[in-house]
Amino acid sequence: MNIAVAIDELAPEALPSASEAGPAPKRIVVAYGFWIFLLSDIVMFSALFAAYAVLVRATAGGPTGAQLFNQVSVAIETACLLASSYTCGLMSLAVNERRRAATYFFAVVTFMLGAAFLALEIREFADMIARGAPPQRSAFLSAFFTLVGCHGLHVTAGLIWLAVMMAQVAIKSFRPTVTRRLLCFALFWHALDIIWVWLFTVVYLMGVRP
Amino acid sequence: MTDTRYDRAPGDISISAEAERWTLTDVGIYTIGLALAVILTATSFWVANTSLLWAPGIPLGLAVLAIAQMGVHLVFFLHITTGPDNTNNVLALAFGILIVFLVVVGSLWIMSNLSDSMMPPAELMNLHMQH
Repeated sequence: MNIAVAIDELAPEALPSASEAGPAPKRIVVAYGFWIFLLSDIVMFSALFAAYAVLVRATAGGPTGAQLFNQVSVAIETACLLASSYTCGLMSLAVNERRRAATYFFAVVTFMLGAAFLALEIREFADMIARGAPPQRSAFLSAFFTLVGCHGLHVTAGLIWLAVMMAQVAIKSFRPTVTRRLLCFALFWHALDIIWVWLFTVVYLMGVRP
Repeated sequence: MTDTRYDRAPGDISISAEAERWTLTDVGIYTIGLALAVILTATSFWVANTSLLWAPGIPLGLAVLAIAQMGVHLVFFLHITTGPDNTNNVLALAFGILIVFLVVVGSLWIMSNLSDSMMPPAELMNLHMQH
């Protein structure tokens, strides 16, 4: 009886390990490479976060975060981005099952939510500049616009990428190259949401405290 | 020979034994993640605006909530697990977090030292500004 248990436990180990099984499928290699890119992108954001944290008090007599940030609009932006991350996940499931209509539907919802996020952010930026807080006003505002604007640029790039992917699904259907790119897009979109979690925590919630 | 083990791609949802044991559909995994993320986000906004909590502890609490939400996103949306087929993904993530930690903490540490030794304290600066 003990021997049987031991063999049961051994069975998975008897399979060849990943390194002995030969080159991994391209889907795994591509996604892993993109994962490395995302982590290096996050390292770049960490430098911007560090710059913001160092310069947050350097307002040069100008407006502070507490005077500028509107938490209601930030909460709506957060909700949009979180919901779009969710629908992006549902889109990945539809892609895995090769369901074209569901893929289009969730892609459109993801795109709309991302676009709503971007519109709110642009409105917030325009409002701040109109109220005498452009990036050149103080070191704090330079760091703020660089950090939040860089995330906004990533979201813009993600929206363009999503539109291109839907055109590829329409023209090329679900061939392996297209599904690999869709997997990378989903990784990118979820990673942007992780960066936004830190953004609203560090910039908008900690930043308004005296 | 179909059962050779490869690593799993990051973001690939598991079609393995764990998912079946939890009896969760794939949609259910994303929905749980969304629910947890909403709860954590709402808690963050509440913590930042309430006067019920000890004020000096609030930034630490917000950081803890953000780390928890990052974990929720990694597990439920990016499907990073502790399984043996995910070792490469986890190791890359750990290295990324190490670099992020060094950059942020190192910058803050050095710059606060620098401003301590270079500038008069803030109260003194304010006095100069007022007179």
